[in-house]
Amino acid sequence: MEAEVRPLPKMDYVAPSSLKEALNLLKKYKGKARLLAGGTDLIPKMKKRMAMAEVVIDLNRISGFSGIKLRKDGLHIGGLTRLAEIMQSPLIKEKAPALAQAISVMASPPIRNRATMVGNLCTASPAADTAPPLLVLNASVKIQNAQGERMVPLSGFFRGPEETVRKPDEILTEVILPLEEGKSAFLKLGRRKAFTLSVVSAAAFARIRGGKFEEVRVALGAVAPTPIRGRKVEETLRGSEVNEQNIAQAAECIKEEVKPITDVRASEEYRREMSCVLTRRVLEQVCWRGKNAGTI
Amino acid sequence: MQVRFKLNGRAIAEEAEPNETLLDFLRERLNLTSVKKGCDEGDCGACTILLNGKPVRSCLLLAVQMREGNEVTTVEGLAKRGELSEIQEAFLEKYGFQCGFCTPGMILMTKALLDENPRPTVAEIKDQFEGNLCRCTGYAQIIDSVLRAAELRASRQ
Repeated sequence: MEAEVRPLPKMDYVAPSSLKEALNLLKKYKGKARLLAGGTDLIPKMKKRMAMAEVVIDLNRISGFSGIKLRKDGLHIGGLTRLAEIMQSPLIKEKAPALAQAISVMASPPIRNRATMVGNLCTASPAADTAPPLLVLNASVKIQNAQGERMVPLSGFFRGPEETVRKPDEILTEVILPLEEGKSAFLKLGRRKAFTLSVVSAAAFARIRGGKFEEVRVALGAVAPTPIRGRKVEETLRGSEVNEQNIAQAAECIKEEVKPITDVRASEEYRREMSCVLTRRVLEQVCWRGKNAGTI
Repeated sequence: MQVRFKLNGRAIAEEAEPNETLLDFLRERLNLTSVKKGCDEGDCGACTILLNGKPVRSCLLLAVQMREGNEVTTVEGLAKRGELSEIQEAFLEKYGFQCGFCTPGMILMTKALLDENPRPTVAEIKDQFEGNLCRCTGYAQIIDSVLRAAELRASRQ
């Protein structure tokens, strides 16, 4: 049963103007505070009493906390960058098309105008649509607390449904995408084209040299407790010739890697079958630039 | 806490509780009842407002998040000198509403779309309205209204 939506509970509100101030507040309130970025997840959860906070720390007044920058080591996406800005960014479209495709079929335009990508990652839904593209693009996240910072590869960030390695006194401040030659694509299977949770989502990255897979990575969403990489598929394909048969054969391996559940959106069996279909199709798209990027 | 921002061109300075959504603030304190409370969790689109020209859900924002420099537009701010905007006219002409509950959100989504893309295709209109639900299911007339609004705007420029 869906929890009832009620007015927001009593709470305090603070809006720091710098990251340092935000980190100090987070330390001060020790687990009693929640961070407010886009609010598209936190606010409904608080209304349903699925998230509690004595204090809400609004990150929206921190200047310089959003934006996309191209640096030597890759693309840096600031913690407060909205989904709409990422989706429309010419840099992202060029260097990380799978990410732009994924966002274009997430939620609805008004939600994308507020929701942040970092919020999508920190919420850590198994069906988070930005996760599969970021996983195949070998993204890392920068996590800071009042004492210092650490870099974590996204593949080591998720621990379970709504669980990550981020500690209560930490803020995920940046996502970094290394620049790597190759192509990427994303596909989503949902009940509608967008504005719906994924039944299965899949992203792929590949670099092809001399007709062979020099490098290839695939990742799936909504088919395990966290978004996952399809490592067996990747191992099978690496170094092999790029053709339909090899891709179809390798895609079969994904069935052993997924751990889907049955819920209102789909059965376990259907998700397992569709994991294989989407893995194959997204790889085909990366290799031959299919026309229907985004959804199937 | 005191909240200051610009609403439909007018400066606002009002008290708000930290747990008050912008939606409740607009409806209850400022009597802007065009902003509808549907699902109150970001799904239905009835509470859509324009924040600095971009459509957002007022049920997912706190009133205290608003600050000077923020400009909020609701349907009440569209008519100028007693004359309806071309979008409102088009919705009347093409029957782009039935019960009217989703209409303010639909009209603001139309404004945001046409401000960026003056002659949208039907596919682009559908993408824009993905998250705005009409429970009367009058979507065909809504799309006609948007197309008509684009025509009216073009003819008056």
